[in-house]
Amino acid sequence: MNRRMILYVIGFILAAEGALLLLPAIVSLIYLESAIWSFLITAAVCGALGAVLLLTCRPADTSMYSREGFVIVALGWILMSALGAVPFVISGDIPNYIDAFFETVSGFTTTGASILNDVETLSRGGLFWRSFTHWIGGMGVLIFIMAIIPNLSDKPVHIMKAEMPGPVFGKLVPRANDTAKILYIIYIALTGLEFLFLLFGGLPVYDSLVTAIGTAGTGGFAITNSSIGGYSPYIQWVVTVFMTLFGVNFNLYYLILVRQFRSAVSSFELRVYLLILATVTCVITVNILGTCSSPGEAFRLAAFQSASIMSTTGFSTADFNAWPGLSRGILMVLMFFGACAGSTAGGFKLSRVIILFKAMRREIRKLLHPRSVSTVTFEGKPVEEATISSISNYLAVYAACLLGIFLLLCLDPSAGFEENFSASVACFNNIGPGFGGIGPTSSYSAYSVFSKLLLSLGMLAGRLEIYPILITLIPSTWTRR
Amino acid sequence: MKIVIAGCGKVGTAIIARLVEEGHDVVAVDSSPSAIEEIINVYDIMCVCGNAADDDILAEAGVPGCQLFVAATSQDETNMLSCFIAGRMGAAHTVARIRNPEYNDKGLDFLCQNLGLSMAINPDRVSAEELYNLLKFPSAANIEHFSGNFDLIETTLDSSPAIGVSLAELRRRYDAKFLICAVQRNGNLFIPTGNFVLSEGDRVALTAAPGEAQKLLRKLGIFRKSSRNVMILGASRTAFYLSKMLTAAGISVKVIEIDRRRCEEFSAEAVGNGMFVINGDGARQEVLEEEGLTSTDGFVAITGSDEQNILISIYASTRHVPKVIAKVNRPELAALAEKLGLGSVVSPMRIVANQLSRYARALQNTEGSNIETLYRIMDDKAEVLEFSVNGDFRGAGIELKDLGLRQNILIAGIVRGRKAIIPSGSETIQPGDRVIVLSAGHRLGDLNDILSGEESAAQS
Repeated sequence: MNRRMILYVIGFILAAEGALLLLPAIVSLIYLESAIWSFLITAAVCGALGAVLLLTCRPADTSMYSREGFVIVALGWILMSALGAVPFVISGDIPNYIDAFFETVSGFTTTGASILNDVETLSRGGLFWRSFTHWIGGMGVLIFIMAIIPNLSDKPVHIMKAEMPGPVFGKLVPRANDTAKILYIIYIALTGLEFLFLLFGGLPVYDSLVTAIGTAGTGGFAITNSSIGGYSPYIQWVVTVFMTLFGVNFNLYYLILVRQFRSAVSSFELRVYLLILATVTCVITVNILGTCSSPGEAFRLAAFQSASIMSTTGFSTADFNAWPGLSRGILMVLMFFGACAGSTAGGFKLSRVIILFKAMRREIRKLLHPRSVSTVTFEGKPVEEATISSISNYLAVYAACLLGIFLLLCLDPSAGFEENFSASVACFNNIGPGFGGIGPTSSYSAYSVFSKLLLSLGMLAGRLEIYPILITLIPSTWTRR
Repeated sequence: MKIVIAGCGKVGTAIIARLVEEGHDVVAVDSSPSAIEEIINVYDIMCVCGNAADDDILAEAGVPGCQLFVAATSQDETNMLSCFIAGRMGAAHTVARIRNPEYNDKGLDFLCQNLGLSMAINPDRVSAEELYNLLKFPSAANIEHFSGNFDLIETTLDSSPAIGVSLAELRRRYDAKFLICAVQRNGNLFIPTGNFVLSEGDRVALTAAPGEAQKLLRKLGIFRKSSRNVMILGASRTAFYLSKMLTAAGISVKVIEIDRRRCEEFSAEAVGNGMFVINGDGARQEVLEEEGLTSTDGFVAITGSDEQNILISIYASTRHVPKVIAKVNRPELAALAEKLGLGSVVSPMRIVANQLSRYARALQNTEGSNIETLYRIMDDKAEVLEFSVNGDFRGAGIELKDLGLRQNILIAGIVRGRKAIIPSGSETIQPGDRVIVLSAGHRLGDLNDILSGEESAAQS
């Protein structure tokens, strides 16, 4: 374990957070809010801590292996959330630190689960920072650092692998540094596009910006108590389309950029993603027809909610708690699937679901024809057996963590079965609102301190795909090499 | 620069390692997923899994539009075919590893021309050449050739009258034309000035005018006669090339090989005067003793295993064989072998990596002065490059002492026409010359990079 190298990279993370905190400070400056001081103070603290780490821990030995990558990502994210919560406490937006921590973890992990019952009382700067954490966490802070600081490490693959979700790791271009740059350029361009579309729909600049960054990270923090529900149908459709777009593998956007349209469109994962969304939208539309005033409205609400849940965003335009059981059941199942690998969305990831499904089909065929030999293929290529088994193992770890969180959550007497189960699923898959008492119109504020910390850990584990958090908790990771 | 490398074996990996270090965008192609897994964790590159001669795979690797394509799979035929396809798909330059002796005779030029190859690399042949040079000149631990018969010799000072003498004094005392370019002491590299004093155990790199080197080393007390009979362990392809060169120079060769069938093949391929092929296990000391290890004056271990080469070479050293050379591919083992007291180590992978990095750098600057050769010396701590000077060089005609060289750069020699010059401060560089430059810590791509004030141009 190269501890100096870990601390050195974490120094970069804190310095980057310090710099990023200046953006909400600017927002507060524009609206002449006193919250500006909370951001400036926290930025100074982050900057100072980062500078101390960078100056004292410059490593002589820059060697780094996968365990260092995992630990850097896990510790970096926890520290970043711990410090990111400070401005809320200082400004008084969220006076309780544990609540603020939960809110910040929910932000960075792009979950969107909130403990706030009335978000409209928050300062403008605070609301911006809350949604901006989605944007930072969506693509990943280490990938951001990698994009701006070349030669962070001679083996950047290990950090990138640990922070980028998905079953198979692939680079767009040979150098990790350039890959990170391209990803961020696509990310910024798409966010900017959504901002323009929202602005065109008559939304104020502030609302457009905050909604755009909240969608981009597939986060789900909104700035009104009715989430997106209070906006015009046009705005709702724009958000629906962009939630869907941010759930698509970013590699496909790169393929489009380099004019390989055919291979981008022929992606099997993309087709399955769109097919599921279309099917689910149709079923829910029919199912909720009775509760809506017109078929058009039912279609809009169904499309919005399906896209929101499948892309793990968590915005809402209607209280889906009040929908019929079939629709709620479908939304619950969608929560597990998640969107495409390589996107900003959370969840189990569709590519894993597809590969597991194909492996399952093969297994059944093998029972019928015990001597049959076949290879699972995905995106036109054979999938290695090692990949299949690692996905199966991931499923086991995923299920174990989810059940563990659920059981521990049940210790809390303040909520019922429906709340506890949907809270575990919604937090672990980085969605946000659940069912029952934690639905889109209510919040997580009723949970105890222990439950909030537990759910925070669950959100981090879900965003970082479990292993980084698990590995950091194992003592033998920390032995000196 | 965008480079695609097919084949992630030993040679491919060595090339990838060097080209990534030089800052190129590298895409690797290999048919084995495990080899790719291994390599992608170590180097910052992109990998494509598949057959290197399949145009779909090559297209996925981005061959259309790449500047350099290197085929280094284990099969010559695959390499030729994939280079041919890559060339047709739009790779600007293609390099193939071709090592079968049958392709490496007169027909090689024909192959290169018709397949559109820019260069063929043959690690076995280049390492045989290096081994041959070392056997002909045993005083050197390492020897590198430049044009105009210029040699750069690396040698270790164990007991020599030069110890304790400053370089300025040394030059005065021995009236030979030479220049000590670099000294490695306790793992640190120095580019010495006139008042630098040599001490025991120093490893020095020196250039000398042709013919002067032998005289000088004799005076310094580190001269040894060239080998007259050589024992080679392992009937590899390198052994084939080496024994051919040695027998042609009238040196008797004994090749020891454990595999009977290989022995038969070898004796049929490599026929020459004074050639013996012995079937026996060279790792057994009795076999070596029986075949006259003590009476040979050159011992070369070139089996497929680095570890075996090192161990048997150490044994040969203890039996007082005057010149012992081991082939060691893995760089970390090569450093270890030198610590264990092996004077000479030859690494085919390093030679190939040198060739490729020279080629890539020459491609990058098509306008400036061309790099003719590139070597790494002193455990890869320094580079020696030969440039041919053209009109673009800004220091032409200026006396060397006024040239304003960057730190850790030394002009080690100038070749003008057929004349080799050991430069003094009043010498000038003229267009048309070839200049040999030693550099530590800089990555030179053009001769202008040696001048200070050009920092922005060179990536150091």
